[in-house]
Amino acid sequence: MIHAFNFKDDYFVYDVESGSLHEIDKLIFDILKNNDLANYDKKEVEEAKAEIETLKANGLLDAPAPEYKMDEKRLDVKALCLHVCHDCNLRCGYCFAKEGTYSGAREMMSLETAKKAMDFLIDNSADRKILEVDFFGGEPLMNFDVLKKTVEYAKQRAKEKGKFFKFTTTTNGVLLNKEASEYLNDEMDNVVLSLDGRKEVNDSVRKTPNGKGSFDLIIDNFKYFRSIRGDKSYFVRGTFTSKNLDFSKDVLFMNDLGFDQISIEPVVLSDDHPLAIHEKDMPKIFEEYENLAEEYVKRRKDPEKWFSFFHFVLHLNDGPCYKKRLVGCGAGSEYLAVAPNGDVYPCHQFVGQTKFKLGNVFDGKLNDELRHTFAKTSLFTKDECQNCWAKYHCSGGCNANSVNFNGDMNKPYKPACEMMKKRLECSMYVFAKENN
Amino acid sequence: MKHVKTIAKPELNKITEHSGCGECRSSCQSACKTSCTVGNQVCEQRVLVRNSGK
Repeated sequence: MIHAFNFKDDYFVYDVESGSLHEIDKLIFDILKNNDLANYDKKEVEEAKAEIETLKANGLLDAPAPEYKMDEKRLDVKALCLHVCHDCNLRCGYCFAKEGTYSGAREMMSLETAKKAMDFLIDNSADRKILEVDFFGGEPLMNFDVLKKTVEYAKQRAKEKGKFFKFTTTTNGVLLNKEASEYLNDEMDNVVLSLDGRKEVNDSVRKTPNGKGSFDLIIDNFKYFRSIRGDKSYFVRGTFTSKNLDFSKDVLFMNDLGFDQISIEPVVLSDDHPLAIHEKDMPKIFEEYENLAEEYVKRRKDPEKWFSFFHFVLHLNDGPCYKKRLVGCGAGSEYLAVAPNGDVYPCHQFVGQTKFKLGNVFDGKLNDELRHTFAKTSLFTKDECQNCWAKYHCSGGCNANSVNFNGDMNKPYKPACEMMKKRLECSMYVFAKENN
Repeated sequence: MKHVKTIAKPELNKITEHSGCGECRSSCQSACKTSCTVGNQVCEQRVLVRNSGK
């Protein structure tokens, strides 16, 4: 399978199975698209067709899929999303976690439960060496003491077992004072700082409990964190909604503030929500991604303005293996979420949905039948993905979104598919510009 | 070639001994939390090779 596309006046063909990317001229594009060739010189057409055949002969175009059998029996755990706090000090209009409560009680994870979760992860990780914990909420810094003691405990246990932890914290920044910043900078492999961009955009959605905007509360905290972070991993991570479809301005605004690792995600909400993105918004969103890609290429040539945009990062030559691309995030099998009371769910998006509860870290045993259902779900089981050229870059999309919108993990949430494909074309354009 | 310039040829469809080792980051742990993007991740085995200078 191939995908021939253009980014304005630049033409490309991507070979799905081999992962090869070629920059092509308009003639090759027209041949691959079965367009009218009447205006081309016949000799040129034959020459171009011969080049297409050479690519095919070398396994770089229309290459076959590998023969691969999924190992669905392995249920090793390697990553936990640890909900140390089901409460929040902000009230964001689009929050999927219902003000951090996940439709349950406002509660903090005890140190005992957090330690048990670390034991659970280590005990169920088989021969995996690298383990991951994302301190999540609600707002995890509202339970900072437990977070710190959990890190200390996990590191000690990992040392005993010859394993290694990579920690992430996702914070809204309200409690990110100097002490917290310095701690997170020292201990976290990655830190995700939630900010939606321009002050008016951020403040229209990310509000304090008394209804005021949060921008002025957090921005100096984020700037301080950036100033001490050096070249270690972090993301300023925003969400765009139907109210800021010109989100490229928010990305560039955050870059202008001095941030150089930026992500902005489309909001995921039911159609009747006032902030929801609809099908009619897609042309504007696609235009924004294109504008952003062009400006991105320009800024990355300037050391003062260089930045990385999460969805334009594309490791074509050293990206994940085939198996990883089949299963994606591994929710329910190798990636799990733990609620403050120790209940285990397939991922953070399922927390609070009792029919997806897999057990509790104090039980020592999970619902492996349900976990196998998740482990078996892959690109191979999603009919609509079979003929999609982007399938190895999204692994069939977010299973939680598929369940929440279509009631079935094997039926992808379509708006996400369309945006993924557009971002991928943009990132291939960027890759070509920087590797040509 | 006159009409084509190959930008990348990663041979994604070649299964190696390290395929599926599982040591790479869980994709949702990085920044997204709402989408499932794997193509922007790096293979840990390739990082090890790169860091060892081979």
